[in-house]
Amino acid sequence: MTALIYLIPISMAMALIGLVAFVWTFRSGQYDDPKGDAERILFDHLEDGPPVDR
Amino acid sequence: MALASILPETGLGAADPNVFVRASGEDLQLDLLVQGARCAGCLSKIEKGVGELSGVRYARMNLTTGKLVVRWRPGMLKPRQIVETLERLGYPAAPFDPAEAKAQEDVEGRRLAMALGVAGFGVGNAMMFSVPVWAGLFHQEMGEGVRTLFYWLTAIVAAPCALYAGMTFFKSAWASLRKGKANMDVPISIGVLLALTVSIYETAIHGRHAYFDAAVSLLFLLLIGRYLDHKLRASARSAARDLLALQAATATRIDAGGASESVALRDIVVGDRLVVLPGDRIPVDATVEEGATDLDVSLLTGETAPTRAAPGSAIQAGAINLTGRLVIQAAARSEDSAVAAIARLMEAGAQSKSRYVRLADRAAALYVPTVHSVAALAFLGWLIAGLAFPDALMRAAAVLIITCPCALGLAVPAVQIVASGRLFKRNVLVKSGAALERLAEVDCVVFDKTGVLTHGRPRLIDPDRSLVDLAAPLARASRHPLAKALAAEAGPGPVAAQAREVAGMGVEGMIDGRPARLGRATFVGAVDPHDSETVLWFAVDGEAPRRLCFTDELRADAAATVKALLARGLAVEVLSGDTTLAVRRACEGAGIDRFRAGMSPVEKAQAIDALITAGRKPLMVGDGLNDAAALAKAHASMAPGAAADASQTAADLVFQGQELGVVVEAIDVARAARRRALENFAFAALYNLIAAPAAVFGLVTPLIAALAMSGSSLVVTLNALRLNWVGRRG
Repeated sequence: MTALIYLIPISMAMALIGLVAFVWTFRSGQYDDPKGDAERILFDHLEDGPPVDR
Repeated sequence: MALASILPETGLGAADPNVFVRASGEDLQLDLLVQGARCAGCLSKIEKGVGELSGVRYARMNLTTGKLVVRWRPGMLKPRQIVETLERLGYPAAPFDPAEAKAQEDVEGRRLAMALGVAGFGVGNAMMFSVPVWAGLFHQEMGEGVRTLFYWLTAIVAAPCALYAGMTFFKSAWASLRKGKANMDVPISIGVLLALTVSIYETAIHGRHAYFDAAVSLLFLLLIGRYLDHKLRASARSAARDLLALQAATATRIDAGGASESVALRDIVVGDRLVVLPGDRIPVDATVEEGATDLDVSLLTGETAPTRAAPGSAIQAGAINLTGRLVIQAAARSEDSAVAAIARLMEAGAQSKSRYVRLADRAAALYVPTVHSVAALAFLGWLIAGLAFPDALMRAAAVLIITCPCALGLAVPAVQIVASGRLFKRNVLVKSGAALERLAEVDCVVFDKTGVLTHGRPRLIDPDRSLVDLAAPLARASRHPLAKALAAEAGPGPVAAQAREVAGMGVEGMIDGRPARLGRATFVGAVDPHDSETVLWFAVDGEAPRRLCFTDELRADAAATVKALLARGLAVEVLSGDTTLAVRRACEGAGIDRFRAGMSPVEKAQAIDALITAGRKPLMVGDGLNDAAALAKAHASMAPGAAADASQTAADLVFQGQELGVVVEAIDVARAARRRALENFAFAALYNLIAAPAAVFGLVTPLIAALAMSGSSLVVTLNALRLNWVGRRG
């Protein structure tokens, strides 16, 4: 039973990491263009890809 | 959605991008709506092509919204070059008003998604503590102390999550209460807040009835429904806004010195001199100063035949200049033009529509008082029966928690999202759930003729191949709709040399070295006692003139569609701005015996009003600007994708393609959706009939509450999915 004392915080921390990750992906606009992103991973040469704020 | 596909052909590329450039840090930025980008190839072609322009620092194409954002160093690039580059790559693009782009950021959707994420986290973790409690482990291995500890831990996770995720509901409930009404969010909010308070109290006294998990999972399920509903409305709203943003077009003004400059429509003042080239739209109401031309006013009045304009004629905004260059003097500002007047009529119509009470709200009106009285009676009853105050309150709280309208909250959005998804696959865009509900109720269908029953484009009758090929080079040089129809019939080929268009008369030029003319009888030198708007004459020098007849063909399935509508017990009627003769011919072909011709936009709107006053619920199907007010007024409305921008904005549903039959299918799906929604309500009522008494008598444990609520949500969702099979059986 004493295992609960550290298992509970660990599981809560893991779930919290998941939530924070979700909030981060959301805030950084990773759901803005699901269709485009699905196609972008097919590009062979990412270095030739879109000029992003150079 | 594939927005670009619903853009009308005209209007694109008409705007000067310079006006829409804004500063972004040190750089300049332009937002463009790009047509036809669909795949990875398009994506890289566009971004590479634009990125290679000198000075461009950033080019990113959003495939989901069809928008391209370009940033470049000031002075190194003309915005026009970007549009030209895209055109060269094969993607027509139009600049996008930055103010609209900002307004489109979906704040509400982001908040809902965030709330959904937090509620999901809350559910997952609350369940971690709840499952051992439900499993009854506390009688075997764990004592009351551990259970209380678990409840406290659940409280720490679930309470903040529920408060955060429930904000949407609390706010809406509060707003509704302040207006002296109770919407569905009132019982939801009371249920959730009561569940949290009671659970904390129970935990504090080491009791067993804590409902933290129920409160947060309830919110999670409800938020799914809310999110679906929002998505449905947001996609349609952004499509409508895209159209509005594109309407922020520009015009060419001649200043006092004679130089021409681009101005935004809103900056045009009365008295400005403007140039309108063939193919462009008349920007504001004006009088013609120089030039003569034919104007396509079909979007304004529904009349298929072009009207002539010469110096001194008053012309209306929205007409398309077909044949000659015009210099016009603005007689009204953009807001005061005829188009804007139609827009105001539309707004009035939309307002009367917003008073429509949705199914879910009607259910709430019944549901809220019932549930609250049951809870109050349970509380009083148990007090009188001798139960202690906290226990009686617990029973009342249990009633509110178990009857919390989880299934009700999902019942309608789930049905509507499935129904609109199904119609979307048939190229019908549904703008809101309320639109579907109204569509299910219609009892008569009112069609516009031009562009709805018919294709809205003239077609040659009995083409004589040799004549068509002979006349085609001249036809290709003209923008007149009849000439265009002739050119389309002939296919691609050479253009006549020295072609010159005479506004209102026809076109002349050289064919095989001989002068030739195509146009009205008098222009070509023919004698035609029945000179009509649907006839062209053609003659090569020295030969007898020959006649070409045109007609605006009915859509292939117009008659079948009308038959199917009549078979469903719907009355069918036609309101058209066109001539009686043309309307009668179309109606005979389609099998409609009730029609009215020569109607102005205002008369159309009044006719719809009259129907509504008579207790009918009309569905209006129209495409022209002249239909926009009627579309907005009608109980439900549909517009084809080729319709005027304003009409698409006013309509509840927009359909693509050549088939009129989708109107019938849309009605079928809407009616099926209504049945599913009512079934869901019936189920929710049945569920409450069992659950509420159980709660009153204290039989509801936290496990039963959780199972009952998720179970009922699952049932309504599955029932909604059955919509996918509507009509597949036959």
